[in-house]
Amino acid sequence: MLDNNPPAVRLEHVVKTYRAGAVEVAAVRDISLEIPACCFAAIIGPSGSGKTTLLNLIGCIDAPDNGRVEVNGQDVGRLSDNALADFRARHIGFIFQSFSLVPVLSAYENVEYPLLLIGVPAAERRRRTAAMLEAVGLARQAKQLPNELSGGQKQRVAIARALVKQPDIVLADEPTANLDTGNGAAIIALMRRMQTELRTTFIFSTHDPQLMSHAELSFPIRDGMLVPHEAEVPA
Amino acid sequence: MLMKIAFRNILRNRRRSFMTGSAIAVSAVALLVFGGFITYIFTAFETGLVRNIGHLTVFRSGYFLFGSGNPAAYGIDDYDKVMALIGNDPVLRPMLRVMTPTQSLVGIAGNFSGGTDAAKTFFGTGLVVADRQKMREWNEYGAGQPVVPDLRMSAAAPQRGLVGLGMARILGLCGPLHVVGCPSPPVREATKVPGAAAAPDLVDLAHSELGTNAHPAQEQPRIDLLGATANGAPNVVSMEVAGVDQQGVKELDDNYVAMPLALAQQLVYGRGEHKVTGIVLQLQRTGQIAAARSRLAVLIAQHHLPLEVHDFAELTPFYVQVVRLFSMIFLFLTVIMGVIVLFAVVNTMTMNVVERTNEIGTIRAMGVRRNGIRAQFVLEGWLLGAIAATIGVLIAFAVIPAINHGGLNWTPPGNSGSVPFRLAAPASRLALLAGTWGGLVLVATFAALLPANRAARLPVVDALRHV
Repeated sequence: MLDNNPPAVRLEHVVKTYRAGAVEVAAVRDISLEIPACCFAAIIGPSGSGKTTLLNLIGCIDAPDNGRVEVNGQDVGRLSDNALADFRARHIGFIFQSFSLVPVLSAYENVEYPLLLIGVPAAERRRRTAAMLEAVGLARQAKQLPNELSGGQKQRVAIARALVKQPDIVLADEPTANLDTGNGAAIIALMRRMQTELRTTFIFSTHDPQLMSHAELSFPIRDGMLVPHEAEVPA
Repeated sequence: MLMKIAFRNILRNRRRSFMTGSAIAVSAVALLVFGGFITYIFTAFETGLVRNIGHLTVFRSGYFLFGSGNPAAYGIDDYDKVMALIGNDPVLRPMLRVMTPTQSLVGIAGNFSGGTDAAKTFFGTGLVVADRQKMREWNEYGAGQPVVPDLRMSAAAPQRGLVGLGMARILGLCGPLHVVGCPSPPVREATKVPGAAAAPDLVDLAHSELGTNAHPAQEQPRIDLLGATANGAPNVVSMEVAGVDQQGVKELDDNYVAMPLALAQQLVYGRGEHKVTGIVLQLQRTGQIAAARSRLAVLIAQHHLPLEVHDFAELTPFYVQVVRLFSMIFLFLTVIMGVIVLFAVVNTMTMNVVERTNEIGTIRAMGVRRNGIRAQFVLEGWLLGAIAATIGVLIAFAVIPAINHGGLNWTPPGNSGSVPFRLAAPASRLALLAGTWGGLVLVATFAALLPANRAARLPVVDALRHV
């Protein structure tokens, strides 16, 4: 199935170096990879290995110094800043390690926000938001502000927010890092279920063995480079 | 959603928003109170002037620049025909409230009655008493003091006039007029005040002109007024002094004499043609000055009349100076308040941007454009400014009536006595109200622009990394 679909992400010789004063840090060094559509893929590696940078490049919120990034068939290097913002709004959902909900908006409003950005009509917006909150089990917490929710609930809201616009790709940067084991497992199960139901490409970075074990594809990375592919983890 | 986020973020940092909002609200109150104060000064001053000298005065050409030294030489010929021309004009007639002739004159005033022997130069005005009474009722802005009918001069007493308090003091009239707090001149061996050198001649001339050797016993004191007629011949009239009319400026007060027009004309023109130096026009509203003046210019040109027209501001440079002075003070205050608001809002919004850097990165990652971020923070600045300025306006609406009913008194510029302290109500000065509210909101919005631009320029990944 994976081989027959066009890739959701294609990276060709991508290089990204950060500069802190006179010091240069090579975060990504000549990485090329393809991630098929509708798969549950993991970028795995220790802290500082370049996982987040790689996700940022795929998520079009950072630009490579060299190389080509293609997302959903689009060479994102050719897009202007506004076009990139629009591209992200329509095609990419983000789940952050620290949840990153808008603190002054309720759970419902946080989930509804991405739909406003792409101009979904009000009635449709209400329907999809309510359905998504129901799907992540937070229908009763819809009116609560983020500071009234637990960590696990916040991450559920973040997942709902990422998925409500039915994006082609969802990027999750260490989504279980700030959760306890029980909540982490629940979030992994939820992401897996949503990915299967919505047939969305999920790409997440992690060094959580529990989460790694659920990946269909894994890309081990160390010191900014992909290490030889050790194993394709079965779903 | 932008408005919802803006409003909730203002509430989220209540203390900070309160402090910044307080600066804006206090600025609004200060500007409206001070604006109300100077508005009241302007309108009260204007009301006083318009009551005394009308809106416009028609003079013979050249009088404005050269006539005050020799008013008799600048009389308007056939002034009754000129007044008829103006009064019958279909454009001017609806605008006119009062039209009255006036005669300016200079000369020497002397008091030689009851053992007093004093004389001095005077600046006199001949006026039509009934017209002047009506002029004193003009009150377009409601800023004038209530008019108490002044019956001391009337058409029934054609030789009765008023003098300034200073003139009364110098001529030794305070005692006979029973003026409280007005000292009599010191008794000297040979009383010689400025102009007194002419006194013996003046006495002789007065007695010969009036056919009497001494003023008969009377209730009101009399003074003799010596002037030169338009032909250059000396002339003298006797005026019964009905009381004092204190002027706000000492130099004027020391020289002021008001008398019925006929008496002034008798002194200036003698048996010749009686003219006037000015035709005073009081309009219904000050806003009609430009239209009335324009129409007068047309009439003067059409009839080839050697006349010129001046408004009350041109005739009273002090008024213009007061307006400019207070306007400059108001401008200075406005700039100070604007700068305070600017820095307060910049500081608040900058702190908001720093605190919400991660949030900015998140919503940028979700697909919000740079302009969306900029709009969000500018909207917050606008909303903070709008709420605070509105509160300030409401406070001013409560404070100003309280001040007006506080029983305070003050002496405005040009006034001779204290009057109740009043502030113009904000509702009566919509331009001030709108300008204050709009100006403060504009400054708050502009102040938010700088931090908003900074927020919009943040690289997404840097913003997301911010802790």
